[in-house]
Amino acid sequence: MSGGKIRQILLLTDGCSNQGEDPAAVAAYAYEKGITVNVIGIIDEGAGKDHGMKEVDEISKSGGGVSQVVYASQLSQTVQMVTRQAMTQTLQGVVHNELRHILGEEREMEDLPPEKRGEVMEIVDDLGETVNLEVLILVDTSASMKPKLPMVQEALADLSISLHSRTGKNHFALFLFPGKRKDADKAADWTANINELTGTFQRLTTGGVTPTGPALKTALRYFEKRLGKRSLKAYEARDLPIEESGM
Amino acid sequence: MKNQGCNLSPGTKWLGKWNRNPYRVIKKIGEGATGSVYLVATRAGQAAVKIGENKLSLTSEINVLRHFSKVQGNVLGPSLLDVDDIEISGESYPFFCMEYLNGDSLLSFIQKKGTEWAPVLLVQLLGDLDRLHREGWVFGDLKPDNIIVTGPPFRIRWFDVGGTTKIGRAVKEYTEFYDRGYWGLGDRKAEPSYDLFAAAMILIHCIHQSRFEKPRDNKNPLEFLIKQMNSEPSLRPFKKVLTAALKGKYKDAQLMKKDVMAAIENRSGFERQPVSSPAPNIKKSRRNRTAPPPRKIREKSKSYRVEIVLTASFLFLSSILYLVGQWM
Ligand SMILES: Nc1ncnc2c1ncn2[C@@H]1O[C@H](COP(=O)(O)OP(=O)(O)OP(=O)(O)O)[C@@H](O)[C@H]1O
Ligand SMILES: [Mg+2]
Repeated sequence: MSGGKIRQILLLTDGCSNQGEDPAAVAAYAYEKGITVNVIGIIDEGAGKDHGMKEVDEISKSGGGVSQVVYASQLSQTVQMVTRQAMTQTLQGVVHNELRHILGEEREMEDLPPEKRGEVMEIVDDLGETVNLEVLILVDTSASMKPKLPMVQEALADLSISLHSRTGKNHFALFLFPGKRKDADKAADWTANINELTGTFQRLTTGGVTPTGPALKTALRYFEKRLGKRSLKAYEARDLPIEESGM
Repeated sequence: MKNQGCNLSPGTKWLGKWNRNPYRVIKKIGEGATGSVYLVATRAGQAAVKIGENKLSLTSEINVLRHFSKVQGNVLGPSLLDVDDIEISGESYPFFCMEYLNGDSLLSFIQKKGTEWAPVLLVQLLGDLDRLHREGWVFGDLKPDNIIVTGPPFRIRWFDVGGTTKIGRAVKEYTEFYDRGYWGLGDRKAEPSYDLFAAAMILIHCIHQSRFEKPRDNKNPLEFLIKQMNSEPSLRPFKKVLTAALKGKYKDAQLMKKDVMAAIENRSGFERQPVSSPAPNIKKSRRNRTAPPPRKIREKSKSYRVEIVLTASFLFLSSILYLVGQWM
């Protein structure tokens, strides 16, 4: 019944990439590999919400994930909500595929009568509670992010409270970009304890470049290393604990 | 972002897509993150309808209400009357029809009627929570916005059960001020103590009449919350109960309810006595009140009026407590 796993990259950034390949393309590729990409765009207090955040939307859409643009002060609630929503979205996709097998190509979840829809949602909820989750957190630490990092740290601690309240297992890794010599540096290896990660924010690189695309690529490569040669399509139904009954 | 469903004008009629029940909009009564709520006329009279923002938005809330509707007595939320889809300009949106709760929101009720109502309503709330927990659920997103006071006879009811979670799972919907995780005082596992924390914050909020911010870099949020309680004289009698709830000491709502009731009785300056003979109590409370020197000078000049209010509220409270006791 266990063994289902959801894999996400969570990108936190406050600006547009200005170096390397298009991050949306990397995100689209990650999605093909069964890893969704969620993005949180952090803006300065007082700035307009749509200011320069088209990229955020584009990356998450290509990456099959969820995005949100917020002020640093709202980070905590947003980070956990985005992670949650992305999980639900992935699971709905899985259940949806499964439904198609059963009901035929034409049936969308929305076309079901309300009662059946409710049953499907309960399955999604059950999965969201028990599924194991791997999140690679990728934080923009370019100069402009410096004052926001304490809030990022707090938000990640808050995310850990939410996720650890679930029954399923969680693993986190942390990458910071731009790296000292590379596009992104690994700040913490896979761990179940997010608080281990957040101590590492002190170490900062300053610089004008924001190589979001290349950094995403580094993150993706690292994820793949963890997956090894095993199936990369882990998001497919067969890996997830789906009960046949009730559908 | 907003759909058409948010703006059905009074008089609009529709037939449910699956069950074919007729509805007519009387007026819009609310709007939230997940949908808009209308007062409607149905074949069976007035009711409230919530129309979803998008195709899947209300599913969890409906699931919870469905579970509740199987429970006897139906005090766990507004009773569920119908679940269906509505077509608005070619698009179909989910909706459900529920019992219409006519009353004031918790905060505006207390503003109108006075803060002495807050502890009494808390007692009601704790009774309801106890029943909910016994059914295996935790409310989750408990806050004044989701509580309405109907009546008279005045009675709290809750709606917006979208955040209601099976015990043992992770709470998915919450509001930071009422969330123990936010205050660093626990996790978000759905257990009775999660709701009891929120219930304590609700009383603090109701009596403070405002929410305060969590200070940044605060090393000891519990101490900060206790300081907030101390700054409000009418919260002092409840300091012990509230502190215990904030610390997660109560395993169930019943225990907290008992302590709140004890605090109400102590505050009014009387000892536990049979409620049927309140007369001697009043005298005693009067004597007790005048004996020790008043703490503040301002209190002194008002003490005569305070006594009348106290006596009146005692009579009133004892009858409420009696009723609650009978009713339980
Ligand atoms: N059964 C009911 N009877 C009377 N009024 C209701 C009822 N249900 C909801 N309302 C009103 O509609 C408003 C919105 O409802 P509700 O809180 O359920 O929406 P929501 O989308 O879940 O909002 P949010 O999640 O932002 O709190 C409420 O504030 C309340 O005033
Ligand atoms: Mg609400």
